[in-house]
Amino acid sequence: MAVFLIRRVLQMAMVLLAVSLVVFFGLYSIGNPAEILLPDDATASERAAAIIALGLDRPIWVQYWVFLTNALQGDLGTSFVYNVPSITLIFQRFPATLELAVAALLIALAVGAPLGLYAGLHPDTPLDRTIVTGSILGFSLPNFWQGLMLILIFSILLGWLPSSGRGPTGEILGIETSFASWEGIRHLILPATNLALFKLSLVIRLTRAQVRETMQLDFVKFARARGLSDRRIIGVHVGKTIAAPIITVVGMEFGSVIAFAVITESIFAWPGMGTLIIDSINKLDRPVVAAYLLVITALFILLNLIVDVLYTVLDPRVRLGAMK
Amino acid sequence: MTALLEVTGLKTHFLTRAGAVRAVDGVDLTLRAGEVLGLVGESGSGKSVTSFSILGLVDPPGKVVGGSVRFKGEDLIQASPERLRQLRGRDIAMIFQDPMLTLTPVLRIETQMVETVLAHERTSYAGARERALDMLARVGIPAPQERIRAYPHQFSGGMRQRVAIAIAMLHGPSLILADEPTTALDVTIQGQVLSEMQRLVAETGTAMIWVSHDLAVVEAIADRIIVMYAGRVVEEGPVAEVIARPGHPYTRGLLDSTPSAATPGGRLRQIPGMAPSVLNLPPGCPFAPRCAHVRPECSTPPPVRRLGPERTVRCFAPLIPEVGQ
Repeated sequence: MAVFLIRRVLQMAMVLLAVSLVVFFGLYSIGNPAEILLPDDATASERAAAIIALGLDRPIWVQYWVFLTNALQGDLGTSFVYNVPSITLIFQRFPATLELAVAALLIALAVGAPLGLYAGLHPDTPLDRTIVTGSILGFSLPNFWQGLMLILIFSILLGWLPSSGRGPTGEILGIETSFASWEGIRHLILPATNLALFKLSLVIRLTRAQVRETMQLDFVKFARARGLSDRRIIGVHVGKTIAAPIITVVGMEFGSVIAFAVITESIFAWPGMGTLIIDSINKLDRPVVAAYLLVITALFILLNLIVDVLYTVLDPRVRLGAMK
Repeated sequence: MTALLEVTGLKTHFLTRAGAVRAVDGVDLTLRAGEVLGLVGESGSGKSVTSFSILGLVDPPGKVVGGSVRFKGEDLIQASPERLRQLRGRDIAMIFQDPMLTLTPVLRIETQMVETVLAHERTSYAGARERALDMLARVGIPAPQERIRAYPHQFSGGMRQRVAIAIAMLHGPSLILADEPTTALDVTIQGQVLSEMQRLVAETGTAMIWVSHDLAVVEAIADRIIVMYAGRVVEEGPVAEVIARPGHPYTRGLLDSTPSAATPGGRLRQIPGMAPSVLNLPPGCPFAPRCAHVRPECSTPPPVRRLGPERTVRCFAPLIPEVGQ
């Protein structure tokens, strides 16, 4: 276990280094931030002074080296636009995005797993076909369009839920969250549902496929031959067997939910990292974009690690030592 | 003696798009308490489906479409799902072919044994665990206290099958359906498991249906034998008599294709052709196209003929003389 963790941390460092290279040189080639940051009527000397102040006059490898050594000390640069450390900016916005992503995944699991279970246990019944067809819609309709439809139906036509912004937050266990008040939750419902729809379809299809496959295995028949109740067979034997792959996929998807949040946050004006990153890309605020991408990468790797460890808990046949 | 199990005219069909597959098509069999019956046939002869039908464990699209299964006088075909659940594992236990696949991989042996006890009895967890430990020791698992905490993949094939046997014996059932339980094992392990089973059923007076394609194994363990072909019983009788003097050409063919029966160095005999598809069988004897003794009347349904006090054969031209009606 210890060896496994050390190896994974080293791998994580290598991946982050590679990503930082790609991100840094990629951003460099997009354009010169001085062009956007400076007012049109700036003089040539003001321009030169700004470029020197931002450190853009030095050769790119020197800039990268400075970026890297600062990053190792936890400094991912200062935003050109806000003049605040970019990492601070990101972590200010991070809780809102995290909350949205967690709510979306919970919806996806809480709704998707039971639907998938039902569909898997009753294949080719009318309700199964309805569920599967619904999941195809969830997969194939564009996410932004689903978001607009949600707003149209639930905010404009029915007037049940607010269509934009984050509601009031309160503290639960020291965490600033929308779950503290009903108004906060009301604001969360539409964006979380929008973000959940795609994953919901995924969870339905995955659960259904897993259930169908598992129900045909001999151990289910043997369990029935032992006189176990269907409840016990499905709840314990099948449930525990399919939990591992579902947790794996959902855990991996968590990272992509955070990444996808960009679209949902734009539609619902949710003040999370997604809106920050869109703004920063528009303004060529390099340090913020770089810091965002590195944070997301680290998050992905961390989630992978957690999933791997969880897997060994759920499936006794898997041992971490054997993983390469 | 009254019959423990009486199956009459059992028909299990698989309703597929291509038509009804008559996997089991009118099987009769009886079993007395404590008796071991060998159910023999090729793959697809319906022997496994027969045993699954007895317990109501045929998966869709399969369905028991006719006949009756009487266990201690009670018709299992008509029994409610809950009644069947009560009987399964308690009065009628089952052991399957592949011990790799029959135990739930993600649960400890302890969990699986205890839940089997608790499914049929109101007792404490500790009491159920005690029973499980006893039974593991009885089937020859060394250090049961330790091994009960293990997961199925931590056992060898033979040990895993012993665990499956221990689970089947937990409630002291009066009937065990064993579906090729030694087929997937090494020959040496096969022998051990076989003699273990023999000892256990003899000690406890448990009746058993031993489904197998291996005549040598059946000869070793069974009292009586039933030979199935294309979903029907073609021959039935005491195992020693049937193997010494088979009455049906198909039984003869099966015996001849057993390597141990062949002359050393001689060519192994085989039955020409393939087992027929049980989809749209002709009305006559299903073995006729492969039979060396085929006659014109074989295209009509063959009669059941009595060859001895306990021997019957379904054939127009039995290999040994019929006894007077």
